[in-house]
Amino acid sequence: MSPHPAPLDQHDLAPGDEQISETIASGVRGYLVGFILAVLLTAISFYVAKSDLLWGPGIAMGLVVLAIAQMGVHLVFFLHITTSPDSTNNVLALAFGVLIVFLVLAGSLWIMANLAHNVMPDQMQQMMNMQG
Amino acid sequence: MSDVAVSPGTDPYRLGHHPHPPGHSHGHGHDGDEATGHGEGGPASKRIVVAYGFWIFLLSDIIMFSAFFATYAVLVDATAGGPTGQDLFGLTRVAIETAALLTSSFACGLAMIASQVRNHLWTQIGLLATGLLGLVFLALELQEFAIMIAEGAGPARSAFLSAFFALVGLHGLHVFSGLLWLGTMMAQVAVKGFHPRILRRLMCFSLFWHALDIIWVALFTVVYLIGTTS
Repeated sequence: MSPHPAPLDQHDLAPGDEQISETIASGVRGYLVGFILAVLLTAISFYVAKSDLLWGPGIAMGLVVLAIAQMGVHLVFFLHITTSPDSTNNVLALAFGVLIVFLVLAGSLWIMANLAHNVMPDQMQQMMNMQG
Repeated sequence: MSDVAVSPGTDPYRLGHHPHPPGHSHGHGHDGDEATGHGEGGPASKRIVVAYGFWIFLLSDIIMFSAFFATYAVLVDATAGGPTGQDLFGLTRVAIETAALLTSSFACGLAMIASQVRNHLWTQIGLLATGLLGLVFLALELQEFAIMIAEGAGPARSAFLSAFFALVGLHGLHVFSGLLWLGTMMAQVAVKGFHPRILRRLMCFSLFWHALDIIWVALFTVVYLIGTTS
């Protein structure tokens, strides 16, 4: 009852497939570790947001760091995207996706912040009057 | 011609890895291994091709979400004198939603393990738990939307709220379609059993469900947690 049916795939790993888990126990253990880590990171996020553990203006940055850590936990323990050589294709696709996500997010925020900075408040008022 | 001796059923386009096909020989010793598209170990199994294709789809879905996130981040302060996130969001509800979705993902993982060892009962139990927890999440989210709209904080109130409903609603829509998919998967497992085709679909579903969880992590952080810290 091996989860990997074909002897064909000695050099590839499907996203979602786990390499090591041949027994039920080790598979469940993987998901359990991921679940505990995810719960822990979530709890810390909610705690940090409502406490003054972090320096006020730094809370947002801390929360983003925690979220990225939790996404990593999900990727590794739930989606089984790992650094093993058999998973190279999956990781490369992920890297490209992350690049595009970064460009979309950073580019939008940068351009829009720049526009908001360059449009003076009285100009904004004029534009709103023209529209109204 | 006749010397291309490959049975048409298994590999009609000769994409496969055939180091020494019968009756087929070039002058040099190593044909097959280095032909275009062969890779190191021959073609991947259908399971890997399907899962990889679905992984590409998920990444494109995440890219679509990133556009909605960018829109939300740009418009978060454009409240037009209306309520802000500080006024609207209740973190208790979000915490319960998060717990439901996380546990749902965990249950989905357990169902996958059960399906790999072909255990019918536990696969169905795992999938049922996945679906029920997903329903809890969706119900809470819809209730939140209903309360907000009743308070006059609907999507038409301000650009901030338009972006909020678009982003969170898009995720909710994904969860909803995931639940529909889950229902059909449970029916297929019950009727057709653990056919390789069904197992491939199950794997795609679990990838989809876990990916939704990843998006929710970004969502509750950016929208709810950062939105309620002053």
